[in-house]
Amino acid sequence: MSPAGWFQFAALLAVLAITVPPLGKYMAAVYGARADGSAPGDRVFGPIDRAIYKICRIDHKREQRWNIYAAAFLAFSFVSFLAVYAIQRFQGSLPFNPTNVADVSPQGAFNVSVSFVTNTNWQWYSGELTMSHFTQMVGLTVQNFVSAAAGMAVAVALIRGIARRNARTLGNFWVDLVRTTTRILLPLSFVMALGLITQGVIQNLHGPTSAKPVDAVATQQVTQEIPGGPVASQVAIKQLGSNGGGFFNANSAHPFENPNGISNFIEIWAILAIPLALAVSYGYLVGSRRQARVLLAVMVGFWVLFSMFSIFAEQVGNSQLDARGVTQAQSTQQVGGNMEGKEIRFGPSACGLWAGATTGTSNGSVNCMHDSFTPAGGAMPMAQMMLGEISPGGVGVGLIGILHYALLAVFIAGLMVGRTPEYLGKKIQAAEMKLVVLYIIAMPLALLGFAAASVSLGSVTSGLQSQDAHGLSEVLYNYASAANNNGSAFAYVGTGTDWYTTTQGIAMLIGRFFLIIPALAVGGSLVRKQKVPATSGTFPTDTPLFAALVAGVVVIIAGLTFFPALALGPIVEHLTR
Amino acid sequence: MKNFLRQLRPALIALAILTVICGGVYPLVVTAVGQVAFNDEAEGSLIKVDGVVVGSELIGQQFVSPQYFHPRPSAAGAGYDSGASSGSNLGPRNPALLDAVAERVAEYRTENGLSNDVLVPVDAVTASASGLDPHISIANARLQASRVADVRGLDVALVLQMIGDHTDDRNLLVLGDPGVNVLELNLALDRLTS
Repeated sequence: MSPAGWFQFAALLAVLAITVPPLGKYMAAVYGARADGSAPGDRVFGPIDRAIYKICRIDHKREQRWNIYAAAFLAFSFVSFLAVYAIQRFQGSLPFNPTNVADVSPQGAFNVSVSFVTNTNWQWYSGELTMSHFTQMVGLTVQNFVSAAAGMAVAVALIRGIARRNARTLGNFWVDLVRTTTRILLPLSFVMALGLITQGVIQNLHGPTSAKPVDAVATQQVTQEIPGGPVASQVAIKQLGSNGGGFFNANSAHPFENPNGISNFIEIWAILAIPLALAVSYGYLVGSRRQARVLLAVMVGFWVLFSMFSIFAEQVGNSQLDARGVTQAQSTQQVGGNMEGKEIRFGPSACGLWAGATTGTSNGSVNCMHDSFTPAGGAMPMAQMMLGEISPGGVGVGLIGILHYALLAVFIAGLMVGRTPEYLGKKIQAAEMKLVVLYIIAMPLALLGFAAASVSLGSVTSGLQSQDAHGLSEVLYNYASAANNNGSAFAYVGTGTDWYTTTQGIAMLIGRFFLIIPALAVGGSLVRKQKVPATSGTFPTDTPLFAALVAGVVVIIAGLTFFPALALGPIVEHLTR
Repeated sequence: MKNFLRQLRPALIALAILTVICGGVYPLVVTAVGQVAFNDEAEGSLIKVDGVVVGSELIGQQFVSPQYFHPRPSAAGAGYDSGASSGSNLGPRNPALLDAVAERVAEYRTENGLSNDVLVPVDAVTASASGLDPHISIANARLQASRVADVRGLDVALVLQMIGDHTDDRNLLVLGDPGVNVLELNLALDRLTS
């Protein structure tokens, strides 16, 4: 790693350490941490929120039990799916379509709708060639906000399940959805979008501008179509909300989405800020910041290790190129490293840092192409997704994930000492453990199931770039991405085929709803329980020992589940010369 | 199921109103502020020569003539197609990638009159992520300098100095990585010799 790369990493850690705690405290207030239920900015946002409740005829004082909360979440996702589907199917006849793109095919539109409603933002298509400005703004940007807000709402409901005692309800989904959108996501996005514009991210409503290239005669490129569109507004929320769906095909490697080192830094910060802040909010909401610090330590620990590994692997470069007269050595005149699929302005340091952030969360945007990573470098983002995205995970869903691993960890600790396990004074019993297990096996089942089905179909494997370890890596990566609602890709594979759009759509649905519904049920089960006072026999969950136990559980589960597959994919590829 | 159906009405209205706010008001306000306060950037940092748009500071452009610095290989469409950004997505062991690199190395050496023992900077023979990379490495630019200077009848030292002038350094010393902006450098050369 270059010295500047080290400083960049350190600067990111420092900026996060300064900004995340106040953001987490603010978010906790938005979710009702204060005794009187007030939050900063009530005078501005209060009237807006109440107006929305009034139009929607929502009784914001009435709370919901877990099953009603889940029903509201499902109904909202269902309606969103239909809306995004319809907009794509009719975009040819809708306004703001300067490049005259056609209606999207039924399978393609199904995949995109599922993808954006589940906060995945998997993109089988090329944004600039397939989607109109109207679809990007009214369909996709909106889902960037509300699918993120819905995930955060569910996390808060689960937290309330842990924090409350002898209660029935987990909050009101509509209130959590609206407050998350108006008070957290919109203000942050607005400021960030303007910040990105100052760096050169475009924001306009017209089609491409025709330029006359300088070397037009010799290159025979008579015009260069410089793209247009409302990019900054979408990029801001795509990073803040763990969405990741790019305006352009090249995603955040495109100069108009991410023009320089500053925009890159802002975007990496935005990917990590809310997932980390929500863990801080958790501490306030359960009344113990030490509990939150333990989870944060696990999240940040994994993220830092994986990112550094990726940076090193990419800086070493592609061993195959050394024999071909190429220098990948780092010097004052070049950053060096594996530059296939990387931009000059984002060498191995900026790129590995991003890869760690985007797959540790469920973001999935990229500033370099993961398919062209070295085998070791590419195994890192894949493995981080396979951990279940808890480092620090997507907005809302990351915290939900690590809380499930924490419950599993106290259960295992309880087995070891022969006591009924407790977490924050709540007894963890058979009902909760069944749901936790359901939560934990859903993602591997979808990932490995569809990956296995794919490699046994000749029609699918023939579309891979090679019928070897790298081909298997592509299949594994792409289903890991879908089943974890990540959205990044080993993008060589033409994933626009009916097989992929359909099976990945199903994998995304499993990865979202088969995790969130059990999570709400866990909340619904815990919320009814009395808190038992801690005794000398209680296993403390706010110590470094517990952090190590949670991390161990995460690694063991992912290792046992995925190591055989990883061994056949990236590990074999790395060892092949 | 009854619970689900009962939630459909608030779901529909909530989505409608959030669509107006997040999909209408928000992007339009950002557009309005961006257009007024940072018009150049919001429009794409366009470069005009004699009133004609010739490109963008941020988007790479294809150059093949010997008097110009050449950009990196590109997988965007037929090469630097700014309507179809893309990387090659070729895996690190893919023969297609390795053969292409070997071929580009040979071409690069011939083009710039380099002997076979000169190692070629990696960025000169690999495709960027977007296919629209506006930059090349300083090492790559310096190896092209004598060719450009010869064709244009300029002093190599001057060309090297211009490379330095059009190098975008790291932001705030540590963010991102440095590179030479090819389009701006070539335009500056044209201004000099026209």
